[in-house]
Formats: sequence, C-alpha cells, structure tokens
Amino acid sequence: MATENRTTQQGVGQTALEGLDLPAIAKDSFMAAVLVLALAVPIIGLRTVPAPQGLDIEGRWTGVAIAVAAAFAGRFLLNIWWAQRRSRQRAAQLAAPALDIGAYVQTFAKYIGPVLIVVAVALPWTPFASRYVLDVGILVLTYIMLGWGLNIVVGLAGLLDLGYVAFYAVGAYSYALIAQYFDWSFWVCLPLAGGFAAFFGILLGFPVLRLRGDYLAIVTLGFGEIVRVILLNWYDLTNGPDGVSKIPRPSFFGLPFDRSPDQASESFHGFFGLEYSSLHRIIFLYYLILVLAMVTNLFTLRIRKLPVGRAWEALREDEIACRSLGINPTNTKLTAFAIGAMFGGFAGSFFATRQGFISPESFTFVESAVILAIVVLGGMGSQIGVVVASVLLIGGTELFRELEEFRMLAFGAAMVLIMIWKPRGLLAHRDPTLRLGSAGVGKEAT
Amino acid sequence: MTAEASAATRPLLTVEHLTMRFGGLVAIDDVSFVANDAQITAIIGPNGAGKTTVFNCLTGFYKPTVGRLLLDRGDRKFLLERIDDFRIAQRAHVARTFQNIRLFPAMSVLENLVVAQHNRLMRASGFTVAGLLGLAVYRHAEQKAVELARYWLDQVGLIERADDNAGELPYGAQRRLEIARAMCTEPVLLCLDEPAAGLNPRESAALNELLLFICDEHKIGVLLIEHDMSVVMGISDHIVVLDYGRKISDGSPEQVRNDPAVIRAYLGEEEDKELPPEIAADLSNPQDGQDPKDPGGTA
Repeated sequence: MATENRTTQQGVGQTALEGLDLPAIAKDSFMAAVLVLALAVPIIGLRTVPAPQGLDIEGRWTGVAIAVAAAFAGRFLLNIWWAQRRSRQRAAQLAAPALDIGAYVQTFAKYIGPVLIVVAVALPWTPFASRYVLDVGILVLTYIMLGWGLNIVVGLAGLLDLGYVAFYAVGAYSYALIAQYFDWSFWVCLPLAGGFAAFFGILLGFPVLRLRGDYLAIVTLGFGEIVRVILLNWYDLTNGPDGVSKIPRPSFFGLPFDRSPDQASESFHGFFGLEYSSLHRIIFLYYLILVLAMVTNLFTLRIRKLPVGRAWEALREDEIACRSLGINPTNTKLTAFAIGAMFGGFAGSFFATRQGFISPESFTFVESAVILAIVVLGGMGSQIGVVVASVLLIGGTELFRELEEFRMLAFGAAMVLIMIWKPRGLLAHRDPTLRLGSAGVGKEAT
Repeated sequence: MTAEASAATRPLLTVEHLTMRFGGLVAIDDVSFVANDAQITAIIGPNGAGKTTVFNCLTGFYKPTVGRLLLDRGDRKFLLERIDDFRIAQRAHVARTFQNIRLFPAMSVLENLVVAQHNRLMRASGFTVAGLLGLAVYRHAEQKAVELARYWLDQVGLIERADDNAGELPYGAQRRLEIARAMCTEPVLLCLDEPAAGLNPRESAALNELLLFICDEHKIGVLLIEHDMSVVMGISDHIVVLDYGRKISDGSPEQVRNDPAVIRAYLGEEEDKELPPEIAADLSNPQDGQDPKDPGGTA
C-alpha cells in the first residue's frame, strides 16, 4: 500500500505539468484569499470620511473584492510556477549533485587566503586608496579581528557569548587609561590591555561556565551591559559619559606622525625625508590592524591543531563525552574564553589609539550583536567566512551609506537572506585538524 | 573462556555497600561486588534495575550516597567515590561508553581518537606553549597518538574511514568507534554501557571477539552492562544481577543462569507465567542466541 502510494506521488511530481494537483492548489489559493479577505475588510473595506457630526464609515467593497480575487489568482499562478520549478529542479538534481560552496571554497582556500592577504597589503598603494577607503579598510579589519577573536569562543568552543564587546571595552579603556596615567608607549600598553581583557574573561568565566547554551548567553549579555554601566558611572576613573580623550596616538617605533613634533624628537616624515602627509598615520594604522588581525588568525589556525583546540571542538560537540575522557571542561572553556577576550582586548586598544577618544557609547550591545552576526553568518568556526561576512556586513553598510535610514534595513535583509540561503553560514565547512590520509589505507578500497 | 583467565585473578574494582538515593528514590541499595582484573564482569538486570546508575557512580557522574569504590591498579589504589568527575578518567584511568552513543559527530574518526588522548598530549605540548612553538617534543607525542589511534582503528576495522566524520558512520561502526575511543585513554577498567544494543547478530558476534581481545591482550578489566544474553553468557567471566537496585545474584554464568532469584526477576512470580518465552530461551540456552531477538532496549 505504502509503496504504491509513494510511486503515484512521484509520478505526480515528475509529470508536474500534466498532472498538477489542482484540488490542492485551489485549496491553497482559497486559503490565501480568505486570509486576504480577513485583512482587507478592515484595512481596505472600511474608510473613514469626515462628516458633519465627526467621522463616518464608508464601505469600499469593490476594492476588497479586487484584492481577494487578485490574491486568489496570484497564489494560483504562483503555485503552478512552483510546481513547474520543482519538477525542473528535480531533473537538474538528478543530473548534477548539489554544490557545496563551503567545500568548494575550502579547496581553493590555499589560494584565497594568500590572495586576500596580498590584496590587503597592496591596498594602500593602489590608485583608489583615498583616506575614506583606508578608513573603511581599517574598520573592516577591526571587525575581522574581533570576529576571529569571537570565533574562538563561539565557533570553536561553542560558547554563545553575547557580551564580547565587554572585552573590547576593557581593552580600549585599559589602553587609554594606562597610556594617559603612565605615559607608556603603545607597544607596552597593547599586551597589558590584552592581559587585562583576558583576566576579565577568566573572572567572568569562573562563575558562569558551568551554565550552558541559553543561560550562558544571558549571563554574558548581562556582563556586557554591566561593564558598560560601570564605565558610565565610575566617573573618577573613566570620566563617565564624557569618555577619555587625548589618548596618545601611536608612533612609528618612537617616531610620531605629527607635522611638527613639540619636543626635540624627530617626526616620521622628517626621519625618512618624506613630504608630510596626514595619510602616513592612516596607512600605519591600516598595517597595524592588518598585522594584529593576521596574528589572531595564525594563532587560531595553529591552536586549532593543538590538544586544547581539539578539546574546544570536542566540548562543543559533547561535553559529557569529554568528561568521560578525562578532559577538564572548566579549564578548557576558561582558556577559550580568556584567549578570545585577549584578542578582543588587543582590538580594543587599537580602537582607542585610532580614535583618540573613547566613551561607553562605543561599547553597546549592538556591537556584540554585529560581531556575533559576523561569526554566525560567516559560518561558525570558519576563518575565511569571518572575512567574507565582515566585508559584506561592515563594508556593505558603508556602501549603502546613501540609503541613510534604510541602511539598517538593508543590513537586516542581507542577514535574513543569508540565513535562508545558507542556514549554517556562508562558508560552513570544517576541515579535520589531522588526517591519516594516504599514509593510512587507500581510500579507493571503499 | 573462564578457565583461561584463571591464572592471575586479582580484584581490580571492589564495590562495597554502594547506595545511591535521589531524594526519596533509592536507585541502588547496598550493592557490593568485585570485578577482577583482566576479566569480563557483566551487570545484568531488568530495565530500571540501576545498572547505569552504578556506572555513573563509578565514572564520577554521580556521587554515591553511601559506599566505597576501591580501584586497585596494583601500583596505586584509588577511592573512586572521593575523586570527582573527569578526574576519575584522568587519574584512575576508568573509561566508559554510553548507552546512547556520545561521539563528537562533526569531528573526524581519527580526531575522536586523538581527543581521547588529550591529557597526555596536553602535557607533551607543554600546556600549548611548546605546541605553539612547534617543538619536536609535541610533534613526537602527536605522532605517537596517531599511531595508537591507528592501532585501535585497525582493531575495530574502521581504518578506511579514519578521515570521515564520526557522525557519518553507520550505527554499528559508531558503537565500535566509541569503544576504540575509550581504549585510547589507556584505561585499566573499561565500562561498557550496552555495547551490543542495536547491533545485528553478526555485529554482536564481532563485538564479542573485540571484547575478549581487549580483555586477554591488554589485560584490563571490563565491566559490561548488557541485555543481549548471547553476549553476556558467551563472554562474561562473572555476572552480577541487579533488580530494583538490589543485588539478587552474583557468580559465574552457569550459577546465575540456574539461580531461582534471577529466573524470578526475569520471568516474574508464579502468577504471571505468560511472559515472553524467548527470554526464557535466552537464559537457558545462550548458544542459540544468534537468531533475531530483542536488541536489549525493551526487555
């Protein structure tokens, strides 16, 4: 019985044009028409008109009838078109297997990575490298670095962290305050800021890492807000909502980028005998964030192949199994949290030195959400995915700057489309960290 | 089978007065038994008898309410009830598998086996510092880890699928991989929770051979929860029978098979005699157990 049924159904599908399931289509169209009717009666059917004693209601029933008829006809045609497309797709699927973009990209990853790096390195020297392009480039690279940092926590260790911006803020404020109070150079403050952020990661991690999934997400969300509120209210230290200004700008290993340095010290353009240009500093910042981001990337790629990295992924897969294998779940999660936070801190101190001014307003929940969106849209755990998603989301919103208030709408629409098209992220593909490979047994045997 | 291992039987695990209460519910009530080194000890009993709870106490997932769990490795002794959680696997080297398979499905088969050697590799990688620097110490350790993984892949017949994702393997292969993964932790006591559940007769015969190999070749104790009587009666040296959290019988397969208390637990009292006859057949006649029968979950 059952098999008979299935074959008849298949028959319907294959010869969709002749054997359209008309009753089902009619029913579906009828339901759509009813829905439109329910909506159209109050929206189109009733119209208020000014009358001497106030407002009067006027019926517009022809309009309702047109809307319902249009809905029925439209749905009917749409259904027929769907049925046709489905039969065509089935034929196409039989001809060629579905394309896995992730795997496809991964086979070219060997080349894509270096090509992207060359493009990134060469960008300041290309003819269209205006100040604006470089600024966008710096912004995108900052988000790439943040995305790579969060990818350790979310993509590898599978801990949903909604408060990542807290570590970004800790890094930015540590750098700003240390540089202001102690007058230490960027290269001393950078590791300190990263260390502070990592310390905060551990501080947060200890109590909350026994939580899982949604609960962890809520607590990290709260932590992100707590850090922002503390920055806002601890006026003596952070200057509250006024923010920290006059943060020292980075120097080229002691050579400032000023037009005329105040002390006896030489400036960058003077030392190299160049014409002064405000672009020098931008180019330097661009390369600085590029290097920082590449360090994050190389670190992640390397640690993924180490026991800790594998333990992170194993924890993401099954925590109970990990415990039965003698893996310490708390320590393993803490390292992921701390390392992720450290890179957030590095990015934060870069942000502070680039802006020269920071205030709690830069570290709202929206920032966390954008970074998380980059990781999720890119495909959790995929390094190149983060790059693609950052370029799309951050560069894309810059492109659509003319759209003004519709910019966020475009942003949201892009996210929805990506999630429909690729629910597991743009480039969700995982390569094993080690292979038995050809040294094992010939795979062609199977 | 029992005769071969008789040479040096040394108690590996001594369970004394193990009791586990969840609120008012007594899951295990004063159970004591001994599992010998290099022997297979089976724990059987009807569903809900508390078998898996015994395992969870042994492997640190539960803290027993009362009782002593002594693991005597010969060189060192461990009181398992005092060690918590993952440290039992880490220090006392007790490994386990799960009733519902728990692999790392998105990781490759080989990675599953290398993750199992985490603690050794972690030490070799200098807690990641040496690993990050790419020192030779770590590279050697990783090579050795892959060799051990390759050995166990050979034993369970999965070498050809080493680079496939664990989640893509068929059910029986996943069960074997879980055993291989447990063996990669180099345990002294291997606890298997229903390893034959869902296997076809051919696969469970292969499982019998694998378990005997592990026990004879690697000289480790195996503790086995199983419903499949062809496995239990065929390979066990010693059987412990639980019912409603109490131990009702303990002894060699022959002793247990003829114990009236066991027959009563499985077949019920006099008044409800019309219970599935195939269970009676299994109990009395294990060698015929190859024909299709209840896989264990619903007995």
